[in-house]
Amino acid sequence: MTPHILTRSLDRSAMIFLLIVAAVGILLPLSNLLLPAGSMFQVPTYLMSLFGKYVCYAILALSIDLIWGYCGILSLGHGAFFALGGYAMGMYLMRQIGSRGVYGNPVLPDFMVFLNYKELPWYWYGFDMFWFAALMVLVAPGVLAFCFGWLAFRSRVTGVYLSIITQAMTYALLLAFFRNDFGFGGNNGLTDFKDILGFNIQSDGTRATLFALSCLALAVGFLMCRAVVTSKLGKVLIAIRDAESRTRFLGYRVESYKLFVFVLSACMAGVAGALYVPQVGIINPGEFAPGNSIEAVIWVAVGGRGTLIGAALGAVVVNYAKTVFTSGALAPYWLFMLGALFILVTLLLPKGIIGTFNDWCEPNRLRNRAKQKRDPIVESAAAEDGVTLPRPAE
Amino acid sequence: MNMMDTKATSALLYLDGVHVSFDGFHAINNLSLTLAPGEMRAIIGPNGAGKTTMMDIITGKTKPDKGEVLFDGIVDLTKLDETKIAELGIGRKFQKPTVFESQTIEDNLLLSLNVDHRVRGTLFWRKSRDEAARIERVLETIRLTDSRHMLAGSLSHGQKQWLEIGMLLAQDPKLLLVDEPVAGMTDVETHQTAELLKEINRDNKTVVVVEHDMTFVRELGVKVTCLHEGTVLAEGTIDDVSANDRVVEVYLGR
Ligand SMILES: Nc1ncnc2c1ncn2[C@@H]1O[C@H](COP(=O)(O)OP(=O)(O)OP(=O)(O)O)[C@@H](O)[C@H]1O
Ligand SMILES: [Mg+2]
Repeated sequence: MTPHILTRSLDRSAMIFLLIVAAVGILLPLSNLLLPAGSMFQVPTYLMSLFGKYVCYAILALSIDLIWGYCGILSLGHGAFFALGGYAMGMYLMRQIGSRGVYGNPVLPDFMVFLNYKELPWYWYGFDMFWFAALMVLVAPGVLAFCFGWLAFRSRVTGVYLSIITQAMTYALLLAFFRNDFGFGGNNGLTDFKDILGFNIQSDGTRATLFALSCLALAVGFLMCRAVVTSKLGKVLIAIRDAESRTRFLGYRVESYKLFVFVLSACMAGVAGALYVPQVGIINPGEFAPGNSIEAVIWVAVGGRGTLIGAALGAVVVNYAKTVFTSGALAPYWLFMLGALFILVTLLLPKGIIGTFNDWCEPNRLRNRAKQKRDPIVESAAAEDGVTLPRPAE
Repeated sequence: MNMMDTKATSALLYLDGVHVSFDGFHAINNLSLTLAPGEMRAIIGPNGAGKTTMMDIITGKTKPDKGEVLFDGIVDLTKLDETKIAELGIGRKFQKPTVFESQTIEDNLLLSLNVDHRVRGTLFWRKSRDEAARIERVLETIRLTDSRHMLAGSLSHGQKQWLEIGMLLAQDPKLLLVDEPVAGMTDVETHQTAELLKEINRDNKTVVVVEHDMTFVRELGVKVTCLHEGTVLAEGTIDDVSANDRVVEVYLGR
């Protein structure tokens, strides 16, 4: 009766999105590697790294949209999960440096030698192995999200109160990571990476691979989110978003559902951070800054909350604008512009770019639906669609 | 004492000596009420009598300060939260119809089905032939088959009331608490609702209906309890209750 998970998750717009991500993820690295430098179609490495950053931001935006757009949990501290994933990857990269550091210590990273550490702190154990670091990329944000969510959701902290304590959470981590004796490099963070899995981190080949992997992660993350929001669980999430207490009276344990998406979303943010760090070459406590998390929420609002595609699009568009503006004469005013953008979008495009676009296409869609009436499979697939706004994003 | 015990254990719903106050205001005062399995009961009373608050207590939304609330003779409802109470088989229709407005009518019913409500079960849940047929039947009963793909938010007030009753049907509870089901309905719809509730009751469901509309209460033809200032003022047939001096006083004295 119910359509298969793939037919359910992959509507037309999802296919288009995945095709674009795949095309970018394959063509950009190929053009960078295969075409001669200076050729019109060759994408220079610095540009590819910049786009790689955007792709990681897009994954972070997806993770925020999953909880905010579909479950009404407005986290203003998601940057913390992103940064934790980033630190886990950074710790692996630090240990790969080995004796090539300035002080030549085969075990201790430079900053530890500098700070007179005698031996490796226990929480750095295992990070010389990639599989362990990769696991921690998921586990560290996941465990934090679980503990935080367990306490907050069980006590039924919602709305603006929840947003405020997520801000407090990321701020507390910011302060902690700034401390030298916390063992993560203090305010300099982790940097001077040499290689990843034996490949030189600066080489074009590695950078192209990292870019392609980021696109792959975006595609997988997107598919996972689609599978979740088009399932019955997705309908429960929307029900919680719209009428939380009503959902309880139907027998759903709301806090478990919130905890599930919150942890899933935190793990996604962690992966985004882990892919981000090798591409930008540094992770420092600044990533925990409360402002970062708020910016990420603005990307989602601009692109369209509760549409997934909009979140990814918003992240790329806003960050592209940021790159353009902050490299020009308008640089000091970027934050004002971001604020103005947020206000304008809230007032003029409350559904964001994609949400508004979907509304425009509405009349056409209705006509198409009428035509499809005779095709029961298509129809039930459409009915299973989990997107919120008047009609599923297509 | 022994007589009380058998009364408590043989009842489907048993409230005794319940008190609730909100910041010193006594909304429920020494309320006692017993419902036999399979019974339908109408609850009337002026505005602010505590009818909705009583449902809040039964469904775990409000914790009583004092008193016993037993379900099925043994389960102490004051110790449980909304989710657990719903899982026990107590369903509720709210005074202000509360449906999931941004989802379709069909999805509203699907969400209400009494299937596995845990996270994993819900994530991998697939509609069985049986469940599809059940949704179909409910849609027919509440006369919304043709608008099944419409958003619940676009329904009229009366239709939302019906959808919420439909959600109760999909939930298939043992005890149904129905708060003002015919507000905003035409006379014909009111009549149909009475028929529907009677039919549900014939299905061996225990039903509590709160309603101001006396024609509707009369049509139900069941035992009536009149609440006033959080306590039971009178109980009996509709004719007895409406002939009761104190009830007349409370209603006319307003
Ligand atoms: N959460 C609350 N906090 C404070 N006072 C409350 C609360 N809930 C109910 N009350 C008060 O308790 C009294 C009983 O309210 P309740 O809603 O149960 O009345 P009702 O019998 O359902 O009335 P109506 O016919 O208007 O629906 C009212 O005076 C109301 O103001
Ligand atoms: Mg009421």
